[in-house]
Formats: sequence, C-alpha cells, structure tokens
Amino acid sequence: MTPVINMAAIGEIIDRLKDLPGALLPILHEIQHVQGFVPSVSVPAIAEALSLSRAEVHGVISFYHHFHSEPMGQQVVQICRAEACQAVGARELEQHMTNKLGINVGETTSDGAISLEPVYCLGNCACGPSVQIDDQLHARVTPERFDALVSAPEAK
Amino acid sequence: MITIYVPRDTTACALGADAVADAISAQAAQRDISLQIIRTGSRGLFWLETLVEVATDQGRRAFGPVEASDVGALFDAGFYEGKGDKLALGLSEEIPYLKNQQRLNFARAGIVDPLSIDDYKSQGGYAGLSRALAMQPQAIVDEVKESGLRGRGGAAFPAGIKWQTVLDTPAAQKYIVCNADEGDSGTFADRLLMEADPYQLIEGMTIAGLGTGATQGYIYLRSEYPKAFSVLKTALANAYAAGYLGSNVAGSGKHFDLEVRLGAGAYICGEETSLLDSLEGKRGMVRAKPPLPAIVGLFGQPTVINNVLTLATISSIFEKGAAHYKSLGVGRSIGTLPMQLAGNIKRGGIVELAFGSTLRSLLEDFGAGTASGKPIKAVQVGGPLGAYLPASALDISLDYESFAAASAMLGHGGVVVFDDSVDMLEQARFAMEFCVVESCGKCTPCRVGSTRGVEVLDKIRAGEQRDDNLILLEELCETMEYGSLCAMGGLTPFPVRSAIKHFPEEFGG
Ligand SMILES: Cc1cc2nc3c(=O)[nH]c(=O)nc-3n(C[C@H](O)[C@H](O)[C@H](O)COP(=O)(O)O)c2cc1C
Ligand code: SF4
Ligand code: FES
Repeated sequence: MTPVINMAAIGEIIDRLKDLPGALLPILHEIQHVQGFVPSVSVPAIAEALSLSRAEVHGVISFYHHFHSEPMGQQVVQICRAEACQAVGARELEQHMTNKLGINVGETTSDGAISLEPVYCLGNCACGPSVQIDDQLHARVTPERFDALVSAPEAK
Repeated sequence: MITIYVPRDTTACALGADAVADAISAQAAQRDISLQIIRTGSRGLFWLETLVEVATDQGRRAFGPVEASDVGALFDAGFYEGKGDKLALGLSEEIPYLKNQQRLNFARAGIVDPLSIDDYKSQGGYAGLSRALAMQPQAIVDEVKESGLRGRGGAAFPAGIKWQTVLDTPAAQKYIVCNADEGDSGTFADRLLMEADPYQLIEGMTIAGLGTGATQGYIYLRSEYPKAFSVLKTALANAYAAGYLGSNVAGSGKHFDLEVRLGAGAYICGEETSLLDSLEGKRGMVRAKPPLPAIVGLFGQPTVINNVLTLATISSIFEKGAAHYKSLGVGRSIGTLPMQLAGNIKRGGIVELAFGSTLRSLLEDFGAGTASGKPIKAVQVGGPLGAYLPASALDISLDYESFAAASAMLGHGGVVVFDDSVDMLEQARFAMEFCVVESCGKCTPCRVGSTRGVEVLDKIRAGEQRDDNLILLEELCETMEYGSLCAMGGLTPFPVRSAIKHFPEEFGG
C-alpha cells in the first residue's frame, strides 16, 4: 500500500515555518502530524528551505524516536517500558501484547492495522501500566483491559 | 449556582475524568439541576482520581475515586450539595495526604482553572512579577541567591549563580530556556505543574528574563506530554492577550517573549546542552563544557537553562520573599521538594514537603505501602540514573547531602517502588539497556560500554563465569563513570552497582 503524500500541504508547512529560529523540529512535527510520518520525498524541500544538506535532515529524523520515515499502522499503540510501569507489570503486559498482536515492539501488523511502539515514560507513573492508543492514554492497563481496548470500536 | 470541580490532567483523564465530567453534565440535565463544571488541573492525589469536588459553605468537599458509572448514585445521594456518604472523603483540605504537605509549587494545583489568569491572580499569582518589575536586575539575581534555591532538574546547582553569569555576560540577545523534558521514569511534577498551574512557570520565566536581560524564552517540552502542550499554548496566548508577555510586560515597557517547543522522544535531550542543540534544530548531541550555556548557550548566546520547578519556584520566592523560602528545609537543601510517589505504591501522587523528611515517612505515611500489598523490596529514587535502595535503607533523610553520602541521588524527586517480586538483575540490565537506547552516541564508554554491560549481565544470568563477569561488569562501570562526557553514561553505573551491592544473591554472589 503506497501512502498518498500531500506535497502541497508539506510545502505550505515548510514555507510557513522555515524562518523560525531552529525551524527543523517544528517543521518535522507538523509534517508528521498531517501525514502520519515524515516521507523521504519531503527531505529535499526541507533541506533546501533551511540551507541544510539532505544528510543532515535525515540525520535529525533518525536521531529522534518520535519521527518515523515510514508509514505507521492505522492505530498506533505505545507501551511504556520504563521503571515505574515495570514495577506494576508492564513487562508481562508487553509480552501479552506482542503475543496477541503477533508482532514485536517496533513493528506493524501485516494488515497495517496496528503499530506497536515502545515509549519510556508517559508521565502517568503513579497509575501504570500506561498504554497510549493514538491520542488516548490509558492507566492501570491489565492484559484484559488491553484486549477490550483494541477490540472496542471507538479505539479503532 | 452549584459548582463542581473535575480534574483534566493526564492521569485523571487516563482514569476516565472526561467520562465522569460528561456523566455529571448528563445527570444534571436529566434531573434538571443547574450546575457548572470547572475543569481543574488535579490535586496530584492520583490514587483518588477521578477526584470530584463540590463547592460548599465550609469549603470544597471531595468524592473519589469516581467512575462514570458511580455518578448516578452520587446524584441520588445529593453529592452536588455536598451530601451523601458514597465515595465521600470530607473536606478536600482535610484529607491527610494533602493536609500534611507543605505546598508551594502545588499550592494552587487542582484549585484553580489552569487557564484562568484571574484565578491565578486571586491566589497570589503575578504578585512576584509586580515586585520584580520594581527591582534592578542585580537586585533580582541577589534575591534568587539569597533564597538558596538550587536547580530541581537533578544536579541541584544554585540558580542564582547561573543567573549571575548570564547577567554578567554582555550580549545583544540572551535567552531563558525552560527544561520541560522530564524524561525520568517515576516523575510527573513538571507535567502536573504545567497542566495545573502554567502561569506560575510563565511568571517565573518572565522574572528570569528581567533579572538577566533576556528578552526571549523557550519552554522545551517533551512530545510525550500533549496535554501539557495544549495547556501551555493556550496559557501563553492568554498571557499575551492580558499584556503579561510581549514588548510591554504588565505596562512596564520591559520586553519578554515566550514560546513552547516540542522535543521528539529522546531522553538525552533533557541534558541541557543536548537540549540546546535540539532547540536549534539539530540532533540532540551533548556539547563539551566549557563553555557553559550561561556564556555560550542557545544560538551561541548567554542562556539561563533551568528546570520547570526551578523557574516556577521563582514566582513564589518573589511573592513571599527569599527569607520565607529560606526558612524551609535543612542545611543546604533549602525550600520544598515535590516528591513523586510512583510504581508499586498504594497511594501514588505528588507529595510536596520541605527537605528533611524521610523516605520511610513518604512511603508509609503518604504512600501506605505497595499497591500489591506485598513488602517493599527496592526503591529507585531520582530516575533511571538513580540508585536502588533496599528496604533496610528507608530511614534516609530526604535532602541532597544525605543522598550523596549514600551514593544515591534525589534528582528530580521521583520515587519508584518495587515489591518483593522484582528481579534486581533484570533492573540492572534495564539500566544498561536504557543507556544503549538513549545514548547520544558521542562517546565510546557510554555507547559501547552500555552494550557490553547488557551482554555481560546476560552472561551472569546464564551462570557463565559469574565471578569473572562481575569483575568485568565493575570495570565497565568504572570506564563509563570516569570516561563519559555527560551523566547519561556517567551515572548509569549507579543503578547497576547499587543493585549488585544491596542484592548480591541475585547476581550469584
Ligand atoms: C541524561 C540527562 C537527562 C536529563 N534530563 C533532565 C530533564 O528531563 N529535566 C531537567 O530539568 N533536567 C534534566 N537534566 C539536567 C540538566 O542537564 C540540567 O542540569 C538542568 O536542566 C538544569 O536546570 P536546573 O539547574 O534548574 O536543575 C538531565 C541531565 C542528564 C545528564
Ligand atoms: S555519556 Fe553518552 S549521552 Fe553523554 S555525551 Fe557521551 S555518549 Fe552522549
Ligand atoms: S514509567 Fe510508565 S508512565 Fe512513567
């Protein structure tokens, strides 16, 4: 499945933000926001607008865990792997999730439905394990809760 | 008019606060009861979320933890008039967990509408700025020095000394940067402050600008905090509209602009020089020091970089005076520290206390032990680079010096509790693995040392030449500690060594 890339929207973002001091991260954030990832075809335009080399722009995209240069699944599930969530069963939950989805953390299901991403702390450390599904954070997630969340229509 | 308060912070919403607010509106409409719902930040008593409060003549009455499915029964019992026993907690201010704290940073959290400047001002907000506007820059910096405030981001460096350097360095443009990267597991004080009382931070940064001659500020916020981002964006717009930011701060003719920028999921960008590179639009690589950021900082200009809590505290220091602040705490650990109770704890949340209480009191009197009900086995204080303490060491005093003496670190005040099911070798391995994932890659001891550390711990797990491998692990720790450019590689040995020291039997020792 080749994603449709909206170069006009990307061009508009670059034009609007390129004069900000330190414009690269704000530009990448907005592109990822509208496109779901940062397509490599946008790199030359970003590089030119900011007088950087393409390699520099690529280097920045690959440095940050948040930016993706490939399309993600329709639903992005992030599991917190950090200590406070470990202390309340996040490792077991992660095991359950990878078994259930049939993928490893960092992968997308073959039908493109779900990407499972690692995250190190979501600031919900008093009420873990923490799982974020798209824009919604869930607290005290058990394996049963997780199953209900990914099969619930509103979570799709 | 009946007023009901429902929190809107990240944790409350993750526990269903939006659904609770919706259910209250729906029930009120159905029963023809006229009421208004104010969405507050959160009191930080996360074990009671969703904590719903009702304004009464005696003060606010609290109910919690409330689920959306409880709301019908709460209405039946008349909770909206403060009545009924169901989930009733009495007067909010009398809840011991809250009453026994000494809140400065979190005094307004959960009380005010986070976006209302009027609410903020009615609770002492912007009084500090008024005072600072009448002072010369040197007098402002002197007041910060006098207060004894030390940085809350981890290293506890005196804030006033940093500010003095920036004030003394001439430049056409200086910057105030707020470190809101809060990457440590077990910490959420910065997040809650920004979500519950954002003007406190905005005011503190404005005072920092006045004190050092900086006219531009940036809040560098981690991308994992989308709610804080939206609160800050609206709060900044409101502060501009009310004339508290811009070219004529509160009608004084002084200039201070402030913007929020997002990080992109890199723990190392909490390290101040890496953060500055990231703000400049680069990969977050750590810079060698000197030069100090106070002299050559953002875009090469003199820059104050402080943690969220450090800058927020400035507001109360200027509101109440340095002498008041100095009267709290012990020794050189002055003021209050918001501790964050996290992990396997029954009553998790924010506990802001003057320095000098004990870890035991925090875990027992406030935390009420583990969530699982099993005994506490280990506690990691100060984030992923902080040491693990065993249950026998809980009487340690909560101050910087006592922790340093115990080869531990108070850091940003995160306390992660583990019960007796924790596998300490696994925790030591995670410390190394985290360093592999998050190292900026600039220096070999950190990048390669941590990868080797994971391998060596796997061998110890497998029972391969345990004694030799434990010696090798200690050598790796030494190389990382002494050969790393920053504390990422330099402090990763602390959780590893402390796990081995306090739980040798789990390493086959
Ligand atoms: C790996 C690493 C991560 C850090 N993460 C943070 C952070 O998330 N927030 C923070 O305020 N300081 C963090 N620090 C500390 C900062 O480098 C710096 O000391 C701090 O921003 C200074 O502000 P303060 O004096 O107000 O504490 C980190 C340091 C290191 C070495
Ligand atoms: S210690 Fe690690 S994180 Fe710090 S500069 Fe060296 S490689 Fe980068
Ligand atoms: S450790 Fe999982 S939310 Fe903080």
